[in-house]
Amino acid sequence: MDRRNSIKAMFLGTVSAGVFLEACKSEKTTVAAVSDADRMQEEKDYLVKINAEPKFFDEHEMATITVLGDIIMPKDATSGSASEAKVPEFIEFIVKDMPEHQIPVRGGLRWLDLHSFNKHGKSFVSCTHEQQIGIVDEIAYPKKAKPEVAQGVSFFNKMRDLVTTGFYTSEIGVKDLGYMGNQPNQWNGVPDDVLKHHGLAYTEKELKECISF
Amino acid sequence: MSDFQVKVAPKKYDAIIVGSGAGGGMAAYVLAKAGLKVCLLEAGPDYDPAKNSAQLKNPWDSPRRGASSKYRPFGEFDGCYWGWEIDGEPYTQTKGSDHFEWWRARMVGGRTNHWGRISLRFGPRDFKRHSIDGLGDDWPIGYEDVKPYYDKIDRLIGVYGTNEGLENDPDGIFLPPPKPRLHELMFKKAATGINIPVIPSRLSILTKKINDERGACFYCGQCNRSCKVYGDFSSSSVLVKPAVLTGNVDLITGAMAREVLTDKEGKAVGISYVNKSDKQEYQINAKVVILGASTCETARLLLNSKSQKHPNGLANSSGVVGHYLHDSTGAALGGVIPNLMGRKRYNEDGVGGMHVYTPWWLDNKKLDFPRGYHIEYWGGMSQPSYGFGMGTQGLNGKFQVNGKTKEEGGYGSSLKEDVRFFYGATVGMGGRGEAVPRFENHCKIDPDVVDKYGIPVLKFDCKNSEYEIKQAKHMKETFREIMHEMGAVITWGDQDDASNNYGLSNPGNIIHEAGTVRMGNDKKTSALNAWGQAHDCKNLFCVDGSVFTSQADKNITWTILALSMRTSEYILDQLQKQNL
Repeated sequence: MDRRNSIKAMFLGTVSAGVFLEACKSEKTTVAAVSDADRMQEEKDYLVKINAEPKFFDEHEMATITVLGDIIMPKDATSGSASEAKVPEFIEFIVKDMPEHQIPVRGGLRWLDLHSFNKHGKSFVSCTHEQQIGIVDEIAYPKKAKPEVAQGVSFFNKMRDLVTTGFYTSEIGVKDLGYMGNQPNQWNGVPDDVLKHHGLAYTEKELKECISF
Repeated sequence: MSDFQVKVAPKKYDAIIVGSGAGGGMAAYVLAKAGLKVCLLEAGPDYDPAKNSAQLKNPWDSPRRGASSKYRPFGEFDGCYWGWEIDGEPYTQTKGSDHFEWWRARMVGGRTNHWGRISLRFGPRDFKRHSIDGLGDDWPIGYEDVKPYYDKIDRLIGVYGTNEGLENDPDGIFLPPPKPRLHELMFKKAATGINIPVIPSRLSILTKKINDERGACFYCGQCNRSCKVYGDFSSSSVLVKPAVLTGNVDLITGAMAREVLTDKEGKAVGISYVNKSDKQEYQINAKVVILGASTCETARLLLNSKSQKHPNGLANSSGVVGHYLHDSTGAALGGVIPNLMGRKRYNEDGVGGMHVYTPWWLDNKKLDFPRGYHIEYWGGMSQPSYGFGMGTQGLNGKFQVNGKTKEEGGYGSSLKEDVRFFYGATVGMGGRGEAVPRFENHCKIDPDVVDKYGIPVLKFDCKNSEYEIKQAKHMKETFREIMHEMGAVITWGDQDDASNNYGLSNPGNIIHEAGTVRMGNDKKTSALNAWGQAHDCKNLFCVDGSVFTSQADKNITWTILALSMRTSEYILDQLQKQNL
């Protein structure tokens, strides 16, 4: 994408900062100027800096995050999977932005591989889907899990959090959730059928005083 | 440093104003409209919500998904540049004090670009608290002095609400409020059932158009990002922009004020500042100096402005500057409403804030603490951002999901089902109460530390007292009762007890700090007279939260605006009479 066009698109609000950064990278620009009218200069400089850093996760780690992500948020009848929603890319960014995630995620991924190796003689991604689910079942239920996999439970809690939040803040996830706002609207109160369902009603005072459309 | 110099601007202004937030913006507006030549200094960059707001961005429009950063503690789409910490501008704490949290905005319009737009008038009792409970001091003015200005700003800026005839929550000139949301109707039913009133909130958001310069609210629920159509009040869009359009205002951004300059007689002559972009020192002279830099920044400026005539800092012969620092009290609690789980979807954004609230409703004579608090309510099907869906494992083992009992934790399609099921069932409430201003609570100049511009920084020494702690305890008890009445399950904020002051926020955390350059009739115990004019320096005025003698349980912005307008009209009058 031509830089000038992408800046123009950005001002129109149709292209995201992420897309723009990708566009800059594909031009092999070393220092990409992030143009976001809502960000102050210090924020732009910071984003340029962390996007110029080498990738935090290596290929094997990314592959593991992708497999795990799609187990946590798989494609179903309503929406696509974590990888379709670009959750692994989100996690790569967010651990750079919030370095407190780095050790728990990296260390947890290694814990997972060792656990998998001890059980099946291979890394987590090399296991069959059934073997992967078997391992996940050991660490996905905090109350049921055995004490010897406590570190795995903590890691999985963190991955569940990151994958869930990454998924439900993506375009696919927000649509899945059915969030209908973030657009011009005229708030006319709670729909009648919803009021009725909850046994509630507006008072005459409210109907008289409040704005109606 | 042979190349060091101070550049003195040749133009002499009628007035120089430091800070472009509610106080400074209003002063610039009133003075410029009256034809005065005004210089407006702002430490941050230019900001116009129409161009710079993140309004209507989707979470996926940023790789950070709306999460907070040090640049934006309330989330990256929030309309405030900086917050608790600013690179190169430290502040320090006295050992043993509660950690004072100092929020600083650096941008045209200041904090008004992101505030909650809660626009409450102080009532008659709020100006005379000492006469009622013997604590603190009465203001040198009363509600009747400020009422005409509240009326004027209601009309000029716009605020919605309802006239309820409550003695200490005065009626105003209101636009119609929005109808309550579903969870707000539930709060209302539960609270009124136990005699806690719930009435329409009073927010400076235009539910109807009031002029051609500003659009009406279109209910995106994002006032905290600042509004591109100027449908809510920000000083940047509603005051500074029209002030600059008069042609009478020179707005200088990136100007970090260092000192108020005075002459041999002790009169203020102007401001010296550092230009952040060229790092050079500048000086601007004016007939009148007006400080609206924010409660603590204004005190810092005065304390850093020492001279032979003002050895204790400017306007500080009383020694009160920096003292009586106080913030609103705050405590909160939240949970989920099982009846809202699996709810029907519709656009519930509404305005960017609560549609209903609870004004203070009790009589302190029957309570073990002075002063009151109001309650703010939250909830609804709001836009997801970073953090959304985290901790689902804390919910899905506790509640049946679509009739199924599940094991806590999980993953896969089942987890997706859980997230959808719990969406929009979360609610919470917070109390915002009145602290008693005390001399001991203060900020002063740290003798050992300067910021990156070489300006000595503030050192805070602030502690909550029993009054505030007991208020927080009462808040928690009230919130539990309301949640219980509503059939809600508390998920956080219930564990607070005496060991952590019942969850009472640190001073500063509620960002309503006030009182450091207070007004009063006695120049021995106050820095300013009833007009916001320094007792010690007749052409120096303060127009921000620093002037407050006490601050009620009402968010202070509407009163800052009213008092700044009042002070500005007084300045016009005094200039005409050649008294300054």
